[in-house]
Amino acid sequence: MKALLIAVLAAAVGTPAYAQHAGHTMPMQAPAADPHAGHDMNAKPAPAPQPDPHAGHDTGTATPASPPAAADPHAGHDMGTMQPAAPAGPTDPHAGHGMGTMQPAAPASPADPHGGHGMGPEAGPAPVLPEAPPPPAAFSGPRHAADMLFDPSDMARAREDLRVEQGGATNYRVMVDQLEARIHDGRDGYLWDAQGWYGGDIDKLWIKTEGEGSFGEKTEEAEVQALWSRAITPWFDFQAGIRYDFRPDPERGHLVLGLQGLVPYEFEVDAAAFVSDEGDVSARFEAEYDLLITQRLILQPRAEVNLAAQEVRELGIGSGINDIELGLRLRYEFAREFAPYVGVEWERKLGETADFARDEGEGVDDLFFVTGVRIWF
Amino acid sequence: MRKSSSILDRRAFLAGTAAIGGAAVFAPLLPAWAQSGTRGLKPDMPTLSGEDIALRIGHSPFTVGGRTGQAVTINGTVPAPLIRLREGQNVRIAVTNTLEEDTSIHWHGVLLPFQMDGVPGVSFPGIRPGETFVYEFPIRHAGTFWYHSHSGLQEQLGHYGPLIFDPAGADPVAYDREHVLVLSDWSFMNPHTMLRKLKAMGDYFNRQQLTVAGLFRTGDPEQQMPLSERLMWDRMRMDPTDIADITGTTYTYLINGHGPQENWTGLFRPGERVRLRVINASAMTVFNVRIPGLPITIVQADGNNVRPVKVDEFQISVAETYDAIVEPADDRAYTIVAESVDRSGMGRGTLAPRMGMTAAVPPLRPRPTLGMDDMGMAGMGHGSMGGMDHGSMSGMDHGAMAAMGQSGGMTGMGMGDMNMRDESLAPPDMKVGVGVDMIAMNPQDSVGKPGLGLANVGHKVLVYTDLVALEPNPDPRPPSRSLEIHLTGNMERFMWSFDGRQFSEVVEPIRFARNERVRVTLVNDTMMQHPIHLHGHFFEVVNGHPGHHPMKHTVNVLPGSKITFDLTADNPGDWAFHCHLLFHMHAGMFNVVTVRPLDGGPA
Repeated sequence: MKALLIAVLAAAVGTPAYAQHAGHTMPMQAPAADPHAGHDMNAKPAPAPQPDPHAGHDTGTATPASPPAAADPHAGHDMGTMQPAAPAGPTDPHAGHGMGTMQPAAPASPADPHGGHGMGPEAGPAPVLPEAPPPPAAFSGPRHAADMLFDPSDMARAREDLRVEQGGATNYRVMVDQLEARIHDGRDGYLWDAQGWYGGDIDKLWIKTEGEGSFGEKTEEAEVQALWSRAITPWFDFQAGIRYDFRPDPERGHLVLGLQGLVPYEFEVDAAAFVSDEGDVSARFEAEYDLLITQRLILQPRAEVNLAAQEVRELGIGSGINDIELGLRLRYEFAREFAPYVGVEWERKLGETADFARDEGEGVDDLFFVTGVRIWF
Repeated sequence: MRKSSSILDRRAFLAGTAAIGGAAVFAPLLPAWAQSGTRGLKPDMPTLSGEDIALRIGHSPFTVGGRTGQAVTINGTVPAPLIRLREGQNVRIAVTNTLEEDTSIHWHGVLLPFQMDGVPGVSFPGIRPGETFVYEFPIRHAGTFWYHSHSGLQEQLGHYGPLIFDPAGADPVAYDREHVLVLSDWSFMNPHTMLRKLKAMGDYFNRQQLTVAGLFRTGDPEQQMPLSERLMWDRMRMDPTDIADITGTTYTYLINGHGPQENWTGLFRPGERVRLRVINASAMTVFNVRIPGLPITIVQADGNNVRPVKVDEFQISVAETYDAIVEPADDRAYTIVAESVDRSGMGRGTLAPRMGMTAAVPPLRPRPTLGMDDMGMAGMGHGSMGGMDHGSMSGMDHGAMAAMGQSGGMTGMGMGDMNMRDESLAPPDMKVGVGVDMIAMNPQDSVGKPGLGLANVGHKVLVYTDLVALEPNPDPRPPSRSLEIHLTGNMERFMWSFDGRQFSEVVEPIRFARNERVRVTLVNDTMMQHPIHLHGHFFEVVNGHPGHHPMKHTVNVLPGSKITFDLTADNPGDWAFHCHLLFHMHAGMFNVVTVRPLDGGPA
């Protein structure tokens, strides 16, 4: 049973990655699912094999026509050999092709015989020259030309500044996605859900916090996560770190492994697995979507599912799916950074967790009206 | 919008001053050529010229739309002073930095020794606070150019100005009067904040996204876009309205430092041939330029003369220049419309016989949305498979192709099976990592295509194939090798790069042997356009006019498309090579081009 649940959890965590591939046939991220697995990847180094332009040249006539692909004299050539291994050698592949006639001796002539050489977009395939490495002369001289004329240490400083500026900047964002009052007959409460990150394009420090409670009572749930976040695909970050629950009692620490990002159809998802300091394994999966009614009026459906691999009686958690939360929030962006909202949230405890709740005399589902504000900076 | 309180205080103070001083405060902050009501460039105008020129870079207030902000200025003005020199002369330009940070001036499009090119970390160490650097170089050619900072994000703050080199001999372009039109984009938001917002939320500035409400409104692109297509974009995690990263939500578009309300006006006498030297000095904005009622004859592109070509509208990408002749015959005003490519705003000016005359200002046209071509799938799925370049199809999923051919269009069904990021289409030296969210499947040469959103505007729009160099190209040799450079990015993370590597990753330079002739193809693997600029050289854009290819320093590569140019690497040294969208460069789309050997002096 436990093994089964762990498998379920793994699947939950893996869901975004799977969904990503499903919609996109992304071979690079799922080598096993590579649709091109059967393709001869050896063809890859050849820069987009195209009809050989020299076929036309060889004829001696200036008519490129459409070179019959089957008659391509270079078809059997390994393009690698076209790249001068010894760059000192004859690098001009046209050497034997009578290039003299190629030179536009009378460039302005309307009868330019090269007009048909595919120089223009409509003129057929562009001539393919070998993609060769630069000749040896290109590697001569100093590494940095300006070092010859200016203080090399000044140049080194300027170079480092330039390097960092062009792509290496550090940024941050603090997003308070939900800061809301929850209106419920006789038991009004509050909830917060915020995330902040600091870092570069690839590696970030990511802080998450969420919690909730009833007004006038002790906070029921409060947790903080500190994660290292690393971009692993164009749309997904892998995250690892720790989570600490200040509430409920007893306090608990967890290790966190997760994936956060954007799946096809623009759903933002956050899936994480937790191992507590008691060895309990649990997982959480969240997804939300922004539906633009107008440029500023945005409807956000949201779902969250919590799972556990084993029961934790003292916290009222059973094994299996613990609960599911569905929310719908309508916000108005006065500014991108400031958007008040109203909405509804429905929560339902399931399975053993629901049984525990019933034992305690609590309800197993709840419907709230919520109102709050989304703020970021 | 948010700034530190000290800046806020200062701005509040300055706004107060402006309100009291009115035009008296405003007028001196513009050089004579840029002032509204100018009669055009005149020999007696206080223009910077001669062999010795002094420039001071500092902070000055800049007012537009009744609001005042802090600009980085050259000699106190936005735009900077006009520098006018003559081919064949030498010039010494002493640039003093009164800022508290490093600065620089890059002479955009000018052929000069590399150490005078003005890129800190490439050509020289930069100009430190309090220091003066003397640029000294001969003027080897003629044309319209410009100059700007290559330090930090200063260019966004007003650090740019026009540069004119008059030909040593007779000018092949005849004109009675000339005006300079410096187009730019101004924001009161700190540019570093702008970049941070883009990193935090890629669509932060886009308030023209697809909405539900748009489905029920006439005239919206949503109406024309089938639901299946909208779902396809969602599925790809791409946004068809992502035309410009930074938009009119924060930008005021300027003509010669004037916002649309200030309505910069240039005077003419009916019947004159008026030369317009149009410079796009924007940080991020591609403009569609037109003068309703007046045909525009393009005579020069990027400082190089071209055979005159008459158009009704032209798109000018960031850092490009076009010289145009207009011949207003009537005693009436004409509106100069410089519409931002995403149609979120416009720069507006007026050509008029007398000050105070205005013409109707056309409304912004409906915004364009991205399509199949912009995804690098030109011609695919439309039954035009015959015209396709099958060579580049080798890596494709043929099952998906078949499905698409049958669906016969850009439907969600057909596209869902397509691999938008097929690594086998990338050259072996390209890094396909986090920073690459797309690889163009079938990029087409875009020299013959009008810019984004200009395919069906009902009048003649300039395309690159219209440009034919007036003089024969200087180097008749065919290229001896080719080089493919991919323009890559991740829109969601706002990462930009060449061949999948941001400059910050410590990349190898692009190496050329001196006087080597190379055919370079830029393949745009993104859904945004990129104006790619090479310093210290002109290259020939391969556009079907061999021998007379237009010589350019900046070429705009449309989304999912490619452009080819031939380069004679005849200027030894180290040169910057980058996307001229300031924030794309700043997010990594930058590299260094080296030309060796150095010995023997400048070519």
